[in-house]
Amino acid sequence: MWDYTEKVKDHFLNPRNVGEIDNPDGAGEVGSLACGDALRLTFKLDEKKRIKDVKFKTFGCASAIASSSALTEIIKGKTVEEAAKVTNQDIANYLGGLPVEKMHCSVMGREALEAAIANYRGQKVTKEDFEVVCNCFGVTDREITHAIRENDLKTVEQVTYYTKAGGGCGQCHPKIEAIIEKVRKEMDKEAPPPKPEKKKLTNIQKIKLIEDTLGREIIPALKADGGDLDLIDIEGNKVYVALRGSCSFCPSAEITLKQYVETKLREFVSDDIVVEEVRP
Amino acid sequence: MKTVYVDNNATTKVAPEVLEVMLPYFSEYYGNPSSMHFFGGQVQKKVDEARERVADFLGAEPSEVVFTSCGTESDNAAILGTLDSYTEKRHLISTRVEHPAIGNVATYLGRKGYRLSELSVDREGRLDLDDLRESLTDETALVTIMYANNETGVIFPIEEIGEIVKARGISFHSDAVQAAGKIPLNMKKSKLDMLSISGHKLHAPKGIGVLYIRKGTKFSPFLIGGHQEKGRRGGTENVPYIIGLGKACELAKRHLDEENTKVKALRDYLEAKILERIPNTLVNGDRVHRLPNTVSVSFEYVEGESILLLLSDLGICASSGSACTSGSLEPSHVLRAMGVPFTAAHGSIRFSLSIYSTKEEMDYIIEHLPPIIQRLRDISPFWKDYLKSQGKA
Ligand code: FES
Repeated sequence: MWDYTEKVKDHFLNPRNVGEIDNPDGAGEVGSLACGDALRLTFKLDEKKRIKDVKFKTFGCASAIASSSALTEIIKGKTVEEAAKVTNQDIANYLGGLPVEKMHCSVMGREALEAAIANYRGQKVTKEDFEVVCNCFGVTDREITHAIRENDLKTVEQVTYYTKAGGGCGQCHPKIEAIIEKVRKEMDKEAPPPKPEKKKLTNIQKIKLIEDTLGREIIPALKADGGDLDLIDIEGNKVYVALRGSCSFCPSAEITLKQYVETKLREFVSDDIVVEEVRP
Repeated sequence: MKTVYVDNNATTKVAPEVLEVMLPYFSEYYGNPSSMHFFGGQVQKKVDEARERVADFLGAEPSEVVFTSCGTESDNAAILGTLDSYTEKRHLISTRVEHPAIGNVATYLGRKGYRLSELSVDREGRLDLDDLRESLTDETALVTIMYANNETGVIFPIEEIGEIVKARGISFHSDAVQAAGKIPLNMKKSKLDMLSISGHKLHAPKGIGVLYIRKGTKFSPFLIGGHQEKGRRGGTENVPYIIGLGKACELAKRHLDEENTKVKALRDYLEAKILERIPNTLVNGDRVHRLPNTVSVSFEYVEGESILLLLSDLGICASSGSACTSGSLEPSHVLRAMGVPFTAAHGSIRFSLSIYSTKEEMDYIIEHLPPIIQRLRDISPFWKDYLKSQGKA
């Protein structure tokens, strides 16, 4: 069973603003029967151009219905400009969070809103204007790009959770990967990640720091898995360690050492650390 | 809140009689059946007795009954234990609607270089036997085809299939986890070489299964260890559960008539009332060749998870082949293999009854289901569109 928050359950069992407005100022529809969920959003503005009335109709699971209901509550009383800033995260947050596999429900809400606003502004956005990347669920490159940026997505699996793209036959996975790579490059350029300057250490400082890092960061984690580690020697940037306990029997011990200990030491001590295993 | 449990294809309640016979074997008679002393010996007798009961239920010889930890282990053992005995044969035949305990093993073997033939089904969930005939080759090591489908209850013609398969001398296995206890099984008259059953689907606890292996069938143990189960499955016998399963099989044999009269009548009543009271509803799968306790219905224009949660809110426990309930994004592989249209596949609900089901419970469902579907249809954008298209709105 899904672990839904009380708020999700409430909005599913008692959805707010169900229906369709006649002669709406804006109307948007996303999703389809084939995809398993769909949302039709309609709104009307008052004389101050604020959203006076908004209604939804949704076909889908509990979190799709709850997300739609939440969306209507969020945008009620907002100007169109304000509403346009609502993100899928806002919808998920309003509900106290959604299971990660269900995040696509919040994205569907945001997309319906976008479509309705575009409709109000007289803009035509059609799927045909964009490349459909995932045929199984009819997801375009634009939607995927948007979801990656808005939710800081890094993997295909995450993209699937947020947009459904890639959740069927899997044929589109390489294309999604390419989009992730491209978008993340753009994102990196826009905001270069602050590189922490690691100051040059004396040998004594380095040894001390390695010991500290092992004791504070690494050994407790290994112990939690029933293992342990002894520092044998340090030579320049080479750190010699022996694995003890269950780790040394484990076929993945090699990976544990290389990936885990080394990344940790590189993170805390210096980028050029190399870890070597010695038999005790 | 009252609980109406109609999800017996997922798991069943342990029969009180079963629990009762199990209890002493946790605390009082805890001996190891393999021990030389009297304390182990008395337990061995009980295990033998349970094996006889299971054999009697299956129409098998006691020596053909191998206890396992679950249906999945039985299925894995049947496939891998057969392939291991025919290392030169690299082809396996199965269907597109198997339980993952078969389906995912087949996929795994495909990755390991085995050739797979997965037989398709028609709109009613029936197999095409010509397709099977054409798939058989000299390379085929095993044909494994489920007895009855867990989602739709559709029963495959296992004996007819057996005729075809055994005419070619190929090993034949069936996952009968859903069939056991619901329709008669008789290995003496069967063409099957192997058959899997699972305790918790027939009122024994979770954690016990059986692999029936016909005498003379080539088989290598899947769980390698001690001499238990005549060397066909290592590991100290799960004594209390084996004894429980023995009792459950005895009861299942006794209740078989009731399954096909009382339970079937309740299922038919539920199905008829649902179809009568809720428009745009269809039954998934062959309604004739079907388990007596199962009905899979699809409600057009609504989604299964929403239905389940609203039912659950009223204490009704059912299951769905919809995408959202499984954590995947697509509806169940069974409904897709059958070509159930998307309008219906997303809104499928399975009710599976047991001998503990009552008329009162069916009436409770029949009373509460129509408003639930109506409520979700009122929220669904497609329902009004549909009504409009029909000139009804
Ligand atoms: S094309 Fe994307 S999952 Fe099939």
